[in-house]
Amino acid sequence: MSIRNTAVLGDIMQVWYAIVDLLPFSWAEPGQGLFFKNALLAVLLIAPLFGLLSTMIVNTNMAFFSESLGHGAFTGMVVGTLAGFTEPLWGAVVFSIIFALLVTVTRAKARLSSDTIIGVYSAVSIALGLVLATRGTGLSKLNSLLVGDLMSVRPAELLWAALLLLGVVVYWLIAANKLVTISLHRSIAMSRGIRPVLSELIFSVVVAISVTVAIRWVGMLVINALLILPAAAARNLTGSMGRFTLASVLLALICGIGGCIGAYYIGCAASALIVLCLGGCFGLTMLARVRS
Amino acid sequence: MRVNLHGTNACGVACCTKIEHVSVSAGMEIILDDVSLHMHCGETTALIGPNGAGKSTLMRAILGELPHSGDIRFTNAHTTVPIRPVIGYVPQTPRFDPQYPATVCDLFLACTSRYPVWLPCGKKRREWVREGLRMVDVDYTIDRRVGVLSGGELQRVLLALALNPQPQLLLLDEPSSGVDVHGLSMFYETVERVKESADLSVLLISHDPDLVRKYADRVVLINRRVVKSGAPDEVLTSAEYKALLG
Repeated sequence: MSIRNTAVLGDIMQVWYAIVDLLPFSWAEPGQGLFFKNALLAVLLIAPLFGLLSTMIVNTNMAFFSESLGHGAFTGMVVGTLAGFTEPLWGAVVFSIIFALLVTVTRAKARLSSDTIIGVYSAVSIALGLVLATRGTGLSKLNSLLVGDLMSVRPAELLWAALLLLGVVVYWLIAANKLVTISLHRSIAMSRGIRPVLSELIFSVVVAISVTVAIRWVGMLVINALLILPAAAARNLTGSMGRFTLASVLLALICGIGGCIGAYYIGCAASALIVLCLGGCFGLTMLARVRS
Repeated sequence: MRVNLHGTNACGVACCTKIEHVSVSAGMEIILDDVSLHMHCGETTALIGPNGAGKSTLMRAILGELPHSGDIRFTNAHTTVPIRPVIGYVPQTPRFDPQYPATVCDLFLACTSRYPVWLPCGKKRREWVREGLRMVDVDYTIDRRVGVLSGGELQRVLLALALNPQPQLLLLDEPSSGVDVHGLSMFYETVERVKESADLSVLLISHDPDLVRKYADRVVLINRRVVKSGAPDEVLTSAEYKALLG
């Protein structure tokens, strides 16, 4: 990154810190807890991102598939680190995209059950990641990828997350109608000139990139929950696409911020607490639905 | 055996969907074997045959969903070069997930417009959707979830959808299953009206001979290949029909 870009990024971060400093918390005082303020901004960027993607994962019953993308991203990070990239993320993104394409194409072509295909790829990928990561050094290096660490977010990474969010919103403006049509009825979609396999390929690549960017903060063990729970809870509340999407994004944001702040006080893994909050929301909305 | 409805490959009228030598196989099994038929605009062609005869398979091949050998081409009065027709398709009554968070309005907009279905749709678009639904008398379903509609309502919603934008080829895959009598006649009256006003070809799969007699202009009996084709009375009284379906 050039010096000029770094300066601009620094300015943006200063604006963010100034906004957070207005909050009435001890960590929000000027100059205090910068790592935590970075983490909060990260949550504000990835929560709506996952809230949006989540709507389609849930509507198309792709929970197991998205889980495998998390495994692909994990192995991607390991490969990216080993391949000696100055920024392991690039190698990881490339690996994850190839992984997502392979799973999607095999699912479309093979006559095996989709679950079996995903299971095979998922298992092989995670095993490959573990072999490569533990070779000679043991398990210690793995923790950051398995559990994730929101408090270690760097400003440069936030820039990528912001660009990713922007890209996904634009993608969603263009692609959501097609994805909804495909998820409701494949043949109707084809009668209208939509190519389902191509649309699904692009969607899986977008999810793969998002998961890869977020895996260092959220961790492989719980990242899939962020792709399922927001929309799963939102589905209990609403019956129209507009409200469903809004509810999913809002739930992800509220639980994201709540979980992040809670983790600061408890001193636990933030991503895990965020997922617990989302799980709680799912339980409550489920009860509300059953009652009504 | 190859049966061509019109004797030659050249279609007598300009507007025509030509299905020529179409075969579909799954592994070693041949599902459709060298099927040829022409469908003219302004006509309803009924596709009949026993279960497993390949009726839905032919429809899916026309949709481009199944790989097939042979040719499926569409020409109209404005061009002699084959084009991809605007296809309207009504599937066998699908079962949507009752929890799927999309209203009829969402379904309509997702299928027919580029405006993102997850943003507020605005009065004008909503009115346009209502207009489309009113054609088949289901405008009252506009805010219902797609998964809670009755079979008849869903079938009519899907017809309204298939007619937007105005298709050149309308494919109806057993649209009468699970539909009450009133819904059924309304469904076919609408198809008839649109067919005449818009000069479109209709391909109808049906198991109901009365319905076929009433609405079809031509009938094609298939059992992996074309067994018999012609006017409804001719096919429905033929020895081939009695042997397969009688």
